[in-house]
Amino acid sequence: MDSDLLLSHFYVFLLATFLGLEVIRRVSPLLHTPLMSLTNAISAITVVGSIVIAGEQKTTLSTVLGTVAVTASMINIVGGYMITYRMLSMFKKREPKQS
Amino acid sequence: MNIQVIHVIYMASAACFILALKWLSAVPTAKRGVITGIVGMLLAVGGTLLNPELLHRGITSYQWILVAIVVGSAIGIPMALMPMTAVPQRTALSHAFGALAAALVGTAEYYLDNGSALTAGNLTHFKMTALGLEVLLGFLTFTASLMAFGKLQEILPTRPITYRGQNFVNLSLLAAAVIITGVLIVDPTKTQLFPILMVLALVFGVSFIIPIGGADMPTVISLLNSYAGLSAAAMGFVLNNKLLIIAGALDGSSGFILSIIMCKAMNRSFANVLFGAFGQVQVSAAAQEQKTARSATPEDAAALLEVANSVMIVPGYGMAVAQAQHAVHDLFDALTKKGVNVKFAIHPVAGRMPGHMNVLLAEANIPYDKLLEMDDANSELPQTDVALVIGANDVTNPAARTNKSSPIYGMPILDVDKARTVMVIKRSLNPGFAGIDNELYYLDKTLMLFGDAKAFTTQLVKQLNESGNGH
Repeated sequence: MDSDLLLSHFYVFLLATFLGLEVIRRVSPLLHTPLMSLTNAISAITVVGSIVIAGEQKTTLSTVLGTVAVTASMINIVGGYMITYRMLSMFKKREPKQS
Repeated sequence: MNIQVIHVIYMASAACFILALKWLSAVPTAKRGVITGIVGMLLAVGGTLLNPELLHRGITSYQWILVAIVVGSAIGIPMALMPMTAVPQRTALSHAFGALAAALVGTAEYYLDNGSALTAGNLTHFKMTALGLEVLLGFLTFTASLMAFGKLQEILPTRPITYRGQNFVNLSLLAAAVIITGVLIVDPTKTQLFPILMVLALVFGVSFIIPIGGADMPTVISLLNSYAGLSAAAMGFVLNNKLLIIAGALDGSSGFILSIIMCKAMNRSFANVLFGAFGQVQVSAAAQEQKTARSATPEDAAALLEVANSVMIVPGYGMAVAQAQHAVHDLFDALTKKGVNVKFAIHPVAGRMPGHMNVLLAEANIPYDKLLEMDDANSELPQTDVALVIGANDVTNPAARTNKSSPIYGMPILDVDKARTVMVIKRSLNPGFAGIDNELYYLDKTLMLFGDAKAFTTQLVKQLNESGNGH
């Protein structure tokens, strides 16, 4: 791998980390649980790599590992987004009958 | 499809993930954040399926991918429908799945690049560094998350398990794994070392959670969240995919921030959480003279609550264990009807994961603007008539402010002892998780309400409703 590509990966990682720190610092403690389940769903981006390994079918080992990895990632994608949405649906402002 | 198009799709996907997290920061826009996250994921998966050439490979068959997508979705749906009380263990389990995916892809990559004489040497030192990190973090997070799941589900004992020389054993395991990774980086063709690395990482994951107790779970879950993200980012370095790097880095920084917040809320350092085995034997504490606590019946307690102007409810893990959140909602309703101003004080580490109490109370239909963060709650507590503690213990212990010899000294607490009257619903006077006696229970202004959180709260509601509707 040439070093330019490597360097640009590091720049991207660095910037994304700082951006993440800035954005997430602002999340209200009220929403820390949904935050964790959403980032969990987002980190299931591992599905991208898993699909390639499972799909290229180079060796039996890699196909099996890739297929298991796609399954594990899909569990987090479907489960993660759904439960985050479900949680957020529960957060309601005060009912109008306030005294 | 043109490779530039795929790059555009991946960039749009990365932008969606960033916006998703930005919009999650406040309740009114949070749902929009989730939808944006879903769009980002659809773009990522769609782009990958359409053009695998981006990764300089070719997808030859979709059959296993489709099977895995169907099976994964079928398991994911019930995981999304779990009750809110089970959210901490569900989260631990999903960290395990995420880490497993990264670890397996790393393993497959290693053997693909090293499997035959033909491909040997495909692994550059740099790629091996990223791959080593991916596999190490992936496998250790996998078993560590399963252990955390076991402890939260109470399949495993929740108390810390310690033995002599534990930290030495743990650090040696980690050091051995790191050294092997180092050797593999220098010479990636030493294939016999790779399985050893896998086993060491898996074993370290187990041994690293064994000494960690339930009260430290919020920090540990956050840390595992961070590791799972970092292993995804490492996969991005291995596969030359910037979308993976960005999404992984976002997850990594999110978990990192949450673990720092949790550590601050307990006034402890990372090292102390990981190696301190908090909550083990604290018997040493000065000879305990017999102190007396005052107890009260539901009738007495209800009568006091009814005449109060303001009530601050302090929920803790005990409320979750007793599944008392709906009874607490009924209490909230009954008191609100009588014109009592009811609010909730939420300590950052109350429960078993960050924000645990907020989600439970939201599930029970308590308006979120009644849920106060620690600082706001502490500025209101001195003017509060009754502080009602339900299933919380150490986060209300005044020893954290006053007793320098207490293990929790310096931890920010909810100052319930400053309220005019304190009521504590508790099964017995047994010390809480950290094994520290709580002097709050022996104050003159404190009434102990002995009983199960749910049963006692239900009785309070019954008393309040029977005493007529607020004339």
